Amino acid sequence: MSHPARTLHGLGAEFPSAAALLHAAEKIHALGFRRWDVYSPFPIHGMDHAMGFKRSRVSLFSLLGGITGLSTAFALIYYTSAINYPLIVQGKPYFALEPSLPIFFELTILLTAFGTVLGLLLLTLLPRLYHPVFNWDRFKKATDDGFFLVLESADPRFQPDASRQLLAEMGGTHISEIYQDAELVPHPARPEKELAA
Amino acid sequence: MRSDNASAQAAFAKASDYLERQPLVANHRPLSWITDHVCRIVEQPAPIWWWVSTIVFGAVAALTPAMLTYLVATGVGVWGLNVPVCWAWDITNFVFWIGIGHAGTLISAILFLTRQKWRTSINRSAEAMTIFAVICAGIFPAFHVGRIWFAWFLFPIPNANAIWQNFRSPLLWDVFAVSTYFTVSLIFWYLGLIPDLASLRDRATTRFRQMAYGILSLGWRGSNRQWTHYEKTYLILAGISTPLVLSVHSVVSFDFATSVVPGWHTTIFPPYFVAGAIFGGFAMVLTLLIPFRELYGLHDLVTDKHIDNMCKIILLTGSLVGYAYSMEFFIAWYSGNPFEIYAFTNRAFGPYWWAYWAMITCNVAAPQLFWFKYCRQNPWVVLAIVMFPNTGMWFERFVIIVTSIHRDFLPSSWGYFSPTWVDITLFIGTIGLFVFLFLLFVRFLPIINMFEVKGITPQADPHTHNPDNPHGAHPRQAHSLDESRVHA
Repeated sequence: MSHPARTLHGLGAEFPSAAALLHAAEKIHALGFRRWDVYSPFPIHGMDHAMGFKRSRVSLFSLLGGITGLSTAFALIYYTSAINYPLIVQGKPYFALEPSLPIFFELTILLTAFGTVLGLLLLTLLPRLYHPVFNWDRFKKATDDGFFLVLESADPRFQPDASRQLLAEMGGTHISEIYQDAELVPHPARPEKELAA
Repeated sequence: MRSDNASAQAAFAKASDYLERQPLVANHRPLSWITDHVCRIVEQPAPIWWWVSTIVFGAVAALTPAMLTYLVATGVGVWGLNVPVCWAWDITNFVFWIGIGHAGTLISAILFLTRQKWRTSINRSAEAMTIFAVICAGIFPAFHVGRIWFAWFLFPIPNANAIWQNFRSPLLWDVFAVSTYFTVSLIFWYLGLIPDLASLRDRATTRFRQMAYGILSLGWRGSNRQWTHYEKTYLILAGISTPLVLSVHSVVSFDFATSVVPGWHTTIFPPYFVAGAIFGGFAMVLTLLIPFRELYGLHDLVTDKHIDNMCKIILLTGSLVGYAYSMEFFIAWYSGNPFEIYAFTNRAFGPYWWAYWAMITCNVAAPQLFWFKYCRQNPWVVLAIVMFPNTGMWFERFVIIVTSIHRDFLPSSWGYFSPTWVDITLFIGTIGLFVFLFLLFVRFLPIINMFEVKGITPQADPHTHNPDNPHGAHPRQAHSLDESRVHA
């Protein structure tokens, strides 16, 4: 089972704790790496700062969703009640702000929620069921109790040997190459015939 | 001086035994223990009790479609509704179920914004409960319209009559409020599930399981480039759910408060309904959590402290509800309006006196037992006490709805409502449906929010955690007496 033409995705290293991963991330960021990521079972406090992230732009999508919701609600009520089929109910005006507020509020909330989730999916590029990091057998721990750092080979500062040494110096263990194509390691959830192929 | 110092330290050590915050995850459990204990509920074969109770409650749940089919085939008259009581068990059940949902959103949204970390081990099941309760709630008004095949007239879709909805009607506000609430709660719940579904995917031992949870988790990797947006999304959804949860029951209360019926036409309704909803909702959370915590041995995650906190919320909201009951009476008297005064006298001493006093006993008197620490500390006592709010909140809605309309302005049209067997069977059916859905939830989805619980453990904090002691700093060390302060 040799794979002569396997493409390297990057180098992965495991760290013993959230604190160790945070320190490693600070160092990698300081060294100027751009294409890398850390993986943890829960969001680590301070990691965004350590990786040099700016504020997440999900809120922009929320705002757009909210504005869409509010204007939809206004257009809906005004068009149906005052333009398309004006109907006198209890002698009240065709359109008034007060009775419209609950609908304004609910539709604003609803479309803000849609906008926020859409923003999350767009910014995180999900759903994406396959990713090279899944080829690394240890990576299963990332959703359990593992703390990982992966340097991608596409980063201009990436050098197979120097980067491996860098990860080791920072305290990384189980340093391994991660390939873009499936490694076909034995996995209880993968049928035998696929392994043989 | 030295002996003063020593005695001060001794006093501090003694006081810190009492002042020490109880850890939210007991016994310093490692992260993998949390994953393992929560995931194996889903992964191991279902226990016998699960099969028995799922079959039993599934059979009870089947009463819901059976009764609805009978109702649609025969007519809405199979319910005991008739003039003057045109809203009775159906709307009572609707408000009852909607109210139950509120605790879930309160835990997931308001307690998140106020940084109440104890919410993490109960929010998943409470949110699931919200969704199932809203499903049960939606059935009643939908079928109460009479001709269910015209229920789509509630939504602004062009129809052959060319008439649009009346946006000035609180009943239409209710349609928007409840459907928004359901949708946003579902989104919030699913969003919280994504990282935990990824945990189940990564532990999968069969191909089917791996693919099913893999697709449901959207390919979540737990990378920080995802977490950064994820956390922001969660914060925003919590932010918008907070006014939403307060608005839903306010809008439900507008159904009554904007009418001119004595007993309904009161401005206290929105806050009173919201307090009651949280009260009843927390009672239901405890009703579900205490047995499941016992059955699955989750004592280290849902600790006695969690139960204690929820009991205190029940005590607070129960007292608020009691205040609202007495304030209603005061305002009825203070208004000098004879109809208003009669409506309330009739409520407490008229033909439905038994419902009124059942409500007072269950909602005002019973929760006062939670002033006693013993009652909050013993889960089985708690379980017994929360059965009172569960019952009492149903009676509250019955009292508000039925006693107000059974005798209004014209004595010639007074009446007395009695439920029919269809009313009763349908309500039992929705209880079955609610528990049945919850049993399916505990079997197929992680009952505890693993990633959030991991995030509040001592080892998750990268700033104070000592890597030499992987189980977290000992609490006594973390709070040890500052020497310099004693000398100063």
